[in-house]
Parts: sequence; C-alpha cells; structure tokens
Amino acid sequence: MSDLSIVRAHQFDDIEQQHDASWIGMWVFLGTEVMFFGGMFTGYTLYRNAYPQAFASASNHLDIWLGTINTAVLICSSFTMALAVRSAQLGERKPIINFLLLTILLGAVFLGIKFTEYYFKFEEHLVPGAAFNYEASLARPAEIFFSFYFAMTGMHALHMIIGIGLLTVLIIKARRGRFSAVYHTPVELVGLYWHFVDIVWIFLFPLLYLVGRHL
Amino acid sequence: MSSGHVLSVKLYAVIFGSLIALTLTTTGVAFMDLGGGGLNAVIALAIAVLKALLVILYFMHARYSSRLTWVFAGAGFFWLMILIGGTMDDFLTRNWFGTIG
Repeated sequence: MSDLSIVRAHQFDDIEQQHDASWIGMWVFLGTEVMFFGGMFTGYTLYRNAYPQAFASASNHLDIWLGTINTAVLICSSFTMALAVRSAQLGERKPIINFLLLTILLGAVFLGIKFTEYYFKFEEHLVPGAAFNYEASLARPAEIFFSFYFAMTGMHALHMIIGIGLLTVLIIKARRGRFSAVYHTPVELVGLYWHFVDIVWIFLFPLLYLVGRHL
Repeated sequence: MSSGHVLSVKLYAVIFGSLIALTLTTTGVAFMDLGGGGLNAVIALAIAVLKALLVILYFMHARYSSRLTWVFAGAGFFWLMILIGGTMDDFLTRNWFGTIG
C-alpha cells in the first residue's frame, strides 16, 4: 500500500493508533461473547450440580471419539488461522489465501462431523421434545442435558458458520490485494474471533463429552 | 500492540503440538476412574484451562500485547467468575437453614 491515507480513517493520528483501537475493540466484543456463552455455561453448571447422575448418564450417549476428533480438527484450524495472520504480518499475499482456505476447509469438516452427530441423536430419539425417549427415572433431567447440548453446540456451530463467512470475505479482499505488511487488521481480528470460538469448544468438549464418564 | 510482533512457525507448531497432546491426554484421563471425589472433572477442566491459556497467549498474541489488552481479557474472565460464582453461591447455600426456596 503506497498511500496509507487510503486505509487510515481521518479521526486517527496514524495507522498504529487505528490498529490499536480496532484491536481493543475486538477484545471488548470478545468480552461480550464470554458473557453470552457464560450464561449457558452457568446454566449447565447449575443443572449438572442438581442432577449429576442424569447428566453423567446422558453424557455417555455422546460419541467421545467424534468429540475428540472434532477437537483436534478445530485446533488444526486455529493453527492454520495463526499461520494466515503470520503471513499477513509478513505481507505475503498467496500464503494468506491458502491458509485461510485451509481454515475454512477444517471448519467445514468440524461442522460436517457435528451435524453427523446431530443426525445420530435424532435417530436415537435424544433430541428434546415430543419424540424424546429415555429410561423413565432419568428422562426429565436427561432432556435438560440434551437441551444444553443442542443449545451450546448449536450456538457454537452458528459462530463457526459466521466465522467461515468472515474468512470468505478475507479471501476476497486478499485476492484484491487489500492487505499488506502495514495494513492487515481485518485478518488479525477475524483470527481473534476464530481462536475465541476454538476456546469455547475447548470447554464444551470436556463438559459435554468427558465429565460424564466418571463422576 | 501485536502487528509488530511476528512469531516463528516453530513456536506456533510447538503450541499446536501441545494442544493436540493435551486433547489426547484429557480423553485418555476420562477413561480412568479416579474415584468419586470429582477428580476427573477437576483434571478435565484444568487441562481445558491450560489449553485456553495457550491459545490466548500465543495464537491470540495476548502475551505480546499491550497491558490494556490484558485488562480487557482479564475483565471478561473476572465477570464470568462473578456470573458463575454469584449464581452458585446462591443455589448451593439455599437449604442450609431449612427454609423453603
């Protein structure tokens, strides 16, 4: 970018100040996201404490191996995202696009596995509602567990879908040569978002898939 | 400020390897019966916190960011603790004195 005034909004003294404002703004947004997911995590903690046996029993109906594979897939996608940001910092256009494409691909694999799991849950009558079927003594609290399961993984999946949309926009911009070693703030900020969504999963995985194995 | 700090591919790879190793560890530990004291859950959550810290400090560059970034990241965690802590110390202590609801 030869003329930095193209990318610097007039209210900022310089491009660094503009970058710092965007960076902090993104962390503030992620703080609101912590609160958003935090409400669901709090609800989960509350009901798990109230019905530990039913939550353990219901948790064992989730596929621990699909959960482990998906965790690994998401960590891979965070790795490729981090490398995309690194390429952006170095001003390398082609590697940015390739790493972003890889990140989208891994995100799609995650969603594919996730929706396969959803399909199994429908087949097994484990989706809360009229068709929910579970051993009678634990049925009501087990239904609560699966309500949390679908609400939390569903909101997480929605964040992944939004993330894939943001990555697509980045690829289009990168192809048009909008990023350089001096200006690549959008790549960094989407990177923060993607890593945050990864962190949400890092906590969902043990809480939903693992802690039910042994109380 | 982060854009001035370019980390090496090797460092990212080490963090990535650690995250994968911790994932396999936490799945492995889930199959072990560590007694009924909730130790399984404590270890699973401790590993999750460790993984989250690695992602925040290195992938999200928090370690190389301004103190102001730390304040905002810390504030998110602090308010989350108020949310969970405040709710649980209500619900867990409700029946201490035998009163209803």
